[in-house]
Amino acid sequence: MSARVPRTHPYIPNSAPQVRQAMLAAVGAQDVEEFYADIPAALRLDRPLRLPEPFDSEARLVAHLDELLARNTAVPPGRSFLGAGCYRHHVPAVVDEIVNRSEFLTAYAGEPYEDHGRFQALWEYQSLMAELLDVEVVNVPTYDGFQAAATALRMAGRATGRRRLLLVGAIDPDRLSRIEDYVRGVHELHPVAADPRAVRAALTGGDVAAVYAQLTDHTGRVDPELPRYVELAHTAGALAVVHVNPISLGVLAPPASFGADLTCGDLQPLGIHPSFGGGNAGFIGSADDQRLVAEYPSRLFGLAPTDVPGEYGFGDVAYERTSFALREEGKEWVGTAAALHGIAAGVYLALMGPHGMREIGGTILAATAYARQRLAEVPGVELDDPDAVHFADFTVRYTGARTAAEIAEALLARGLHGGTPAGPDEGRYCVTELHTRADIDRLADALQEIVK
Amino acid sequence: MTDHRTTDPRPTHPRTTDPRTTDPRVAPKPALRRFHQARWDEKLVFELGTPGERGVLPPLPEPAVTAAVGDPADRLPPALRRAAPPALPELGQQQVLRHYLRLSQENLGADLNVDVGQGTCTMKYSPKVNDTFVRDPRIAALHPDQHASTVQGVLELVHRLEQLLKEISGMDRVSLQPGAGSAAIWTNVSVIRAYHAARGEAGQRDEVVTTAFSHPSNAACAKTAGYRVITLPPDADGYPDIEALRAAVGPRTAALLITNPEDTGIYNPRIAEFVRIVHEAGGLCAYDQANANGILGITRAREAGFDLCHFNLHKTFSTPHACGGPAAGACGVTAELAPHLPGPTVEFDGERYLPDHDRPESIGKIRPYLGVVPNLVRAYAWIMSLGAEGLREVAETAVLNNNYLLDRVRRIPGVSVPYAEGRPRVEQVRYSWQRLNEDTGLHSEDLGRRAADFGTHYWTSHHPYVVPEPMTLEPTESYSRADLDEYAAILAEVAREAYEDPETVRTAPHRSTVHRIRHEPLDDPAVWAVSWRAYRRKVLGERP
Repeated sequence: MSARVPRTHPYIPNSAPQVRQAMLAAVGAQDVEEFYADIPAALRLDRPLRLPEPFDSEARLVAHLDELLARNTAVPPGRSFLGAGCYRHHVPAVVDEIVNRSEFLTAYAGEPYEDHGRFQALWEYQSLMAELLDVEVVNVPTYDGFQAAATALRMAGRATGRRRLLLVGAIDPDRLSRIEDYVRGVHELHPVAADPRAVRAALTGGDVAAVYAQLTDHTGRVDPELPRYVELAHTAGALAVVHVNPISLGVLAPPASFGADLTCGDLQPLGIHPSFGGGNAGFIGSADDQRLVAEYPSRLFGLAPTDVPGEYGFGDVAYERTSFALREEGKEWVGTAAALHGIAAGVYLALMGPHGMREIGGTILAATAYARQRLAEVPGVELDDPDAVHFADFTVRYTGARTAAEIAEALLARGLHGGTPAGPDEGRYCVTELHTRADIDRLADALQEIVK
Repeated sequence: MTDHRTTDPRPTHPRTTDPRTTDPRVAPKPALRRFHQARWDEKLVFELGTPGERGVLPPLPEPAVTAAVGDPADRLPPALRRAAPPALPELGQQQVLRHYLRLSQENLGADLNVDVGQGTCTMKYSPKVNDTFVRDPRIAALHPDQHASTVQGVLELVHRLEQLLKEISGMDRVSLQPGAGSAAIWTNVSVIRAYHAARGEAGQRDEVVTTAFSHPSNAACAKTAGYRVITLPPDADGYPDIEALRAAVGPRTAALLITNPEDTGIYNPRIAEFVRIVHEAGGLCAYDQANANGILGITRAREAGFDLCHFNLHKTFSTPHACGGPAAGACGVTAELAPHLPGPTVEFDGERYLPDHDRPESIGKIRPYLGVVPNLVRAYAWIMSLGAEGLREVAETAVLNNNYLLDRVRRIPGVSVPYAEGRPRVEQVRYSWQRLNEDTGLHSEDLGRRAADFGTHYWTSHHPYVVPEPMTLEPTESYSRADLDEYAAILAEVAREAYEDPETVRTAPHRSTVHRIRHEPLDDPAVWAVSWRAYRRKVLGERP
């Protein structure tokens, strides 16, 4: 019999035995062990790692993953009423086509000479977002909307040199948790009711760096007093930091238009798949005000000429702000975050255009109003704020005997995902442009049977 | 306008001398690739399209819905209604596609080049098959609030990945929540802060020690969390100075944040002593394992005595770098620190996998939900395609590749390998072109721009340049011997040009998408332009 053909791992070409020997010989080494000479014996792992047997082929790996994935349910969009920070919207096919290109998916941190395309696509993303947000500066994305909010507040703290942060209205508890972790020891957080009188009272304590509020709060409610909070913040010398759901901004006013200093949020609704909560990316926008630009920790790409007339070149604006340039003397820290999601959002905005953004915002507003109206018609289901305008998310109160958890389970038994308990008798729902009238009616009919 | 700087003075494609030749043979390829990057001379998206064009049409409200609710925006105060549509460009669908496809072609993805020039970044092959799993709707369409019974597959996968990384690091629990390496560093710093706070020493322990060759985010995250940062300089051999460490630690020490091997590729053999010194002072030790690729299965955070560590799943564990994220970080900690990890964790009760939110001592959320799930899926699949033996083969081959490339590159005139003379390097090497700079006046950045003309990346190093005129190469296990020979040959050619034809190098790139960029406007507040509207106002004067 001939010798067995080595099964060289396809991801490790130089592990082929004859290649390995030849390379060792080329550098005058007998064994790879020589390269580990500096690792003391006491620190060496004296046994193989205890890991499961790997799959011997791509085919068997695929079969294994398929078994795992088979125990996940991909819910049709019309049957899912889950939102609260992670949304099912239509992802245009062109967005997926672009972000799945090898050239973008596998690139990293090259210079603008090898990676011109990445720089231009991200600069265009900044520019498209700037139009949506009505600002002149938008960062290369940070990790997610939580980090964007936390960093915007630290920016406000540095810009003002003040300590207190007022947080207005209902905030996603997870986002609040992120903010608490990020400002600990530096800032004091003060939750304030969504009421101009409460905001004014809280401001009288002085030393307020920022008033943080949301265009749509954790319950999806559009807060009609938001411009008032911005005005009050400015009167007290504080900055106004406003969180937005960007897909609402074709119909809702961008907070910068009524004076917000920093706008932040999460890009996920703009062409990024939910992926079990893994599809987030954070944005921060502001005026091109040196005082604020100087406080961004993120990279900011800028446009510049090259040696050749008519060529667009790109590079880092005010790089000396960053921890890349100055380590701990830079602003906070910067690293790999969520750039490809920025490209996705840019492609999404280029496809949607001004009228697409207006239309989708209108469709979601109408669907939300319709869903609230239909659900409130169900005996035993009530709205705490029937006159409010909501965008995508809303919460209902159950007045019958069954708890919110029981109702969510009963919906699930009917193939409907929603009504996430927000308290013993409160359930959260969400609708987007993907829900038809029939989908919403089906939910209302199911609740009619369940909530008695 | 002719400018010699804009074109390569030497022809890249010499013509056949006799156009009437009847020789049917194709001449052999030249030694170096006659690369030219795509140059579409593409406009900005704002300069494309015409009002009225549409790229995609969203659904409109159904008439019955409109009949029932009207336009809810009418119920908002005018200040909260958008007055005019955003000034986005208007393009047809194919026009948008074409624009972005052209930009993608003007970008050098790792799939397309011998990507050993972005040292410290661990550019390795991201298997295509793993991308197919995350595009599957049974991952892509999942909502994190779905009932646990409908997402058992992904919860089990996350749980399994934690078990794998526990064994690979030797730590007791691993959080997969951080969005990337720097977020993982932040997570570790926050856990350290919580640990000392729980012991009533938060006020006293206000200093963090790190090293000059550890990633800048170690210093920066510690500072952001309120710590005073002490950075250990390298000693004469390039190791972090142990005497400086002894002098730095004391009752104020909260932690040591350290990489090993450091970005020089040198493994610090006294690492356990570093850990002991800090522990004796009451501090914790966090191991930044961004450079773990050469030591998988060889040595672990546990054996060196660390309390915390983190991996970058987009580096060592193959998930694609995505132009700079989404990535993923994994933080491993001892049992003592585990209660402080962010939540939820994923637990298995013998029957079901369930997220556990009941974590009263947790630092809180680092990222929404469970983390960057698509990259957790990819990392899991990568480990399961390799196993214990395969991971060790990854490490050994990465180290072999590195020492092989080192042997090739050190022969190039003008380059040197500072520090630890004669010692092997683990998975990367920080080189210096100081001699070439003294001989030619050219800088490492100049060489990098010229390397782009050959279809490669080239990275100097993080700032500040402790090593003068630095270059950092990291040839992971993914590259073949022929790949490494090609990269070394490109560097040799660029260095030769630096000595013999410095103008070509100084004025590079010549065969890239664009030519040398003027950086002054990017640092001038009067004209820097972070958006099209800022450019139109500040530079073109088209907007007030």
